Parts: sequence; structure tokens; C-alpha cells
Amino acid sequence: MPASTTPPATPILPRVNRRLRRMRWPAVVPFFAFLAVCFGIPAGTLAYQAFMVVDPATGESSPGLDNVSTALSGAYATGLLGSVRLSLLTAVLATVLGAVIAQAVVNSRRSALRKAIVSASGVFANFSGAPLAFAFIATLGTTGTVTRLLDLSRTGFSLYTFTGLVLAYLYFMVPLMVVTILPALDGIRVQWREAAASCGATRGQFWRHVGLPVLTPSLLGGAVLMFGTAFASHATAAVMTGSSVPLITIQIANALSGNVLVGQENLALAMSLNMVVIALLVIAVQIPLQRRSNRWLA
Amino acid sequence: MTSNAPIAKRRTAPDATGVPVTLRGVRRAFGRTTALDGLDLDFAPGELVALLGPSGCGKTTALRILAGFETADEGEVLMDGEDVADVPANRRDIGMVFQSYSLFPNMTAAENVGYGMRVRGAGRRERRERAAELLALVGLPGREGHYPHQLSGGQQQRVALARALAVRPRVLLFDEPLSALDAKVRLQLREEIRRIQLESGITTVFVTHDQEEALSLADRVAVMRDGRLEQCAPPAELYARPATPFVAEFVGTMNRIPGTVRGGGEVEALGRRLPVHGSAPAEGTEVDVLLRPEEIAVRAAADGTATVQVATFLGGLTRLGLRTEAGLEVKADLPSREAAALAPGARCTLVPHDGAVLVADRSAAG
Repeated sequence: MPASTTPPATPILPRVNRRLRRMRWPAVVPFFAFLAVCFGIPAGTLAYQAFMVVDPATGESSPGLDNVSTALSGAYATGLLGSVRLSLLTAVLATVLGAVIAQAVVNSRRSALRKAIVSASGVFANFSGAPLAFAFIATLGTTGTVTRLLDLSRTGFSLYTFTGLVLAYLYFMVPLMVVTILPALDGIRVQWREAAASCGATRGQFWRHVGLPVLTPSLLGGAVLMFGTAFASHATAAVMTGSSVPLITIQIANALSGNVLVGQENLALAMSLNMVVIALLVIAVQIPLQRRSNRWLA
Repeated sequence: MTSNAPIAKRRTAPDATGVPVTLRGVRRAFGRTTALDGLDLDFAPGELVALLGPSGCGKTTALRILAGFETADEGEVLMDGEDVADVPANRRDIGMVFQSYSLFPNMTAAENVGYGMRVRGAGRRERRERAAELLALVGLPGREGHYPHQLSGGQQQRVALARALAVRPRVLLFDEPLSALDAKVRLQLREEIRRIQLESGITTVFVTHDQEEALSLADRVAVMRDGRLEQCAPPAELYARPATPFVAEFVGTMNRIPGTVRGGGEVEALGRRLPVHGSAPAEGTEVDVLLRPEEIAVRAAADGTATVQVATFLGGLTRLGLRTEAGLEVKADLPSREAAALAPGARCTLVPHDGAVLVADRSAAG
């Protein structure tokens, strides 16, 4: 029998796949265009301007590290540390409280309760900024309803302090953590608990050896997200405490608007650059944690 | 329902470590749904009993009550003569293998296997040695350092089996452990489970809805329906002498042939009078006679009352799909050499065997 002249069928498939892959590219062009316009250009401009020093006498710009070094010293360093401190504290508290509430929801196995808490958390997680600040002032401010009702002023409590900010931030961060951590808690299979029990493990041993280690990447990922959220928040603190609690976001706003000194726009950009660097560090920590968590809880 | 007394252990190793297990009058309801309705079942030391039945028959609930993951509303669960109703799952000394493997994802294969020893305070070296020994036993030597996501489904289930064995349990429980695996792996692992169970001699309860799995694996098969035990018997007995029409139809293939009860404990079907197994209904009652495909002889005959519709070659046997002039569909198994003369379209006569037959209410199919 003569050799067949028909080409083998298999090479067609890779060709088709390659063509299909080429055809998919246009679909993501709008996304990359959006990314370039809304993130790439501002970030590039920010990085460039942060390293440009304006001579106050001539108004001319030249490359230099003055803005960056100023942004990391004196009151600005205090603001940066204040933001880091506030973000760390609220992130830890929101992670713990959010995880406990979410676990209670998972344990309850009542779908109505779960729906109600998830819906409420979705709403509260987005209730931040100036409206939240005004809500807190109306309830826990100097003449707030709850302050008068419980006579809180006698205890020395003041909303317009670091502690007050922590309370206000937790108001939207705890629900955000609940929404964030629920899928991970759902991923803890009942059969793992049963398998651990059949091996002789108590409930505590299960959580110590299996539950918490499996949840750790998700919890850390959630904490990192909480940190980022608190770190970037501005409006709530601006309305509630103004400049009385030093935070980097307030200082950036002041420098940009010329509230304290004029001509400090590039210093504001240098402070923003510091924030971008911290945000990138946060993302660098979160991505591998999230990847591990996804693999375990898939 | 027939006796569920355990048969003498025939195939376990002499150093069998199994204990007797008894479920006595166990009742369990979930809301208005009764999952177990007074289940009585005895398991002999070292015996492997398969719980078989359709979905919702209560087999998994029975297993979970044995494991301590569910509590019975009524009744007793005895292990080695001790009522364990109030003993929590982690103190029952049971090993359990789940359908979905349920390996701890943050631990390697060796750590999973050694987990039970870890919570019992065994040293790291002892755990490592035992894990290596058990992983070799289940055919996974050298995989100690692999995480569950680096193993196939079959390999994960082998690790789960090793983990269940590691604590030297008094009772081994399997909850449909093979149903998530592909056919080839299922067959391999089934044989492995049986080999290891025989070697260890641990009393084993194996839940499955796959009758072939149950019949090929178990010393006895307990067929359940609606939370009750229909019959518990060795596979051959279950197939050859089903106690109820449900068991007869659930296990293997069964034909329902219309018949009429005659005097003397006989029933007339396919033109013949056959003795009825057990007590016969009143004379004149219209019933269905239950006949297995191999209990019907098929003879080629030009003036026969049935026609061959389809012939399926199964190796030594050929299964014929037949239709009678009355429109009745019948399946019959013949040695393949005899079936060669019965091609589709051929006319034939159907002759039931001479033995006693089960009869069922004509309206009670299934």
C-alpha cells in the first residue's frame, strides 16, 4: 500500500489553538489601556516628580533626593509611622474580630443569618469616608447621642484621638474582613475535622495542627489587605481628627493643597511614593500567601 | 428481613485484631426524615461487611453513628461489648477513610499518616518509621515528602488508608472510598483494601452503592432500604437466595415475569408451574415472578412466542434482549456458543428453571 499523502491530523490542533489565542488578545486591550491611563501614567509621573527638586528662588526643577529625604524625616516621618501604627493595630484587630465573627457565621449553619450578615458586611465595609466620620461624630462625638447617654465624657473618652480613629476604622474594616475570610473558612472541610477526630485529635488539636495552619495564609492575606485599606484611608481621619493625629494621608493632602506651606507638591508626591512602596511590599507579601491558600482550600 | 448474625471468619489472618461490633435497635431521624429505623446488625471480629443500598437508605448514617460523628436517637452501639454511645469520636479507636480523601493539605503524606500517632504523643522518629512502613504497605514507597496536591486521587486515597491504619484501630470504616476514582484505579485499590484488611484482621464496615464492589469485597453484604436492614448475607447467598423482592432486584439483574398463583404453593409463569420460595400468596393472585437472566433457558424455535431483539457478547456468556408476543421485555444469559444460533430477529421459546422462585406484588416494582 502506498504511503498516505494526507498530512497527519494532529498538527492542525496547535495551529487552531495558536489562532484562538491570538484572537483572545484584543479582549484584554481595554483593560491594559485602563491600567496604563489610570495607574501607569500617574505612577510614572509621581515617581518622576518626587525626584525633581524645585528651586524656590528661580522656580526651576532639577533632579535630586531632597523631597524623598524630607518625606522620611521630622514630622513627615512621624506621620508615616503614625499611619503604619494605626494600620497595623486596626489590621490585627479587624483580622481577629472578623475571623471570629465569620467563624460564628459558618458554625451557625443558618442560611438566613449568613445571608443577613454577609449583606450587612457588604454594606458596612463600604460605609467609610466623610459619611462614616459624621455618623461617629453624631453618636460618639463630644455632644454625640451615645456620649451624652452614657456620659462618656466623664471617662475621658474622646473620639478625636488615635483611639477614636481605631474605632471608626474598625467599623468598616471588621465587616470587610468578614466578607474576605468567609470563603476561606468555608474551605475548612468538615471531613478534615472528622478525619482528625478519627485519628484521635481533640477539637483544639485539630485547630492547632490543621485548621489554623491551613487558614494562616488566608488570615495573613486578609490582614495585609486590612493594613492596605487602613493605610490608604484619608477622608474619615481628615473629617474626624484633622491634623491632630499625624497620618501620612493627611500630610499629603495638606502639602498638595498648600494648607501649611505653598510649593510642596513634589514633597507630597515623594510621600505618596513612600506609600506606593509600602503598598507594593504589602502586595508582594499577599500574592504568595494567597496562592498557597488557594491551593490548600481549592 | 433475615438473620444478620455474623458468619464465622474464614479468611482473616491468625493475628486478627478486630473486635465484635453491634448495632442494636438504632434509630435516627433528621427532622421528619427517618434515616435509620431500628437497625440491628452484628459484625464479627475481623469481618468485612459492606453496607449496600440506594441513596438515602441510611447506610452512611449508620457508619457515622459507628464513627461517633452522629448520635443515635435510640438504640445501642457496642464495640467489643462496650456501649460507646457516649464515647466521643476521637476516643473510639476507629480508622476512617472518606470518599473525598480528606487528607490534611498542610501536611506531607508521611505527616498525614503519622498524625494519629502525633496526637497520641509518639516521637518523631517512631512516626516517620511507621509512616514509611504503611506507605510501603499501600504501594506508595518514597512518597513520604509529597503533599496531597502533588498526588493523584488514587494515591491520596492510599495515603488516607495508611493514615486510618496507622493508629491500629479496632474498627475500620470506609465511606464510599472508591467512588471518586476512575474504574482502573478503583479496581486496583479495591483489591489492595481487601488484602490489607485480611492481613490486619480489623473489623471493617464498607459503605457503597456499587453492588459489584460490595459483592466482590465483603464477607457479608447488608442490603438496606428506608433505614432498615433487608438482608445481611454472604454475597453468593444474597445473589442466589435473596430474602425479599427488593434485594432480588437491587442485587444483580432480575426479570419480572407476570404469573398467577396456583394451588400447592406454585405459581404459573411462561407456561410452566414453578414452586414459590417461602409462603405463596392466595391462589389466583396475580403476581410477578422474579427470575434472573441465567434462570431462563432460550431455545430457538420457528413457532416460538418470543423474538431476539439484541444480543450482547460478554465473553463466555451472551446476554439476549427478548420480547414476547405479549410485549414483555426479558433478559436471558446463555453460553456464547449456544447464543450463536440466536441472532436478532430469531424466534424462540423461553423456559424458566425448575427451582423455587420469589414472587412479588405485581404493582410493587423496585
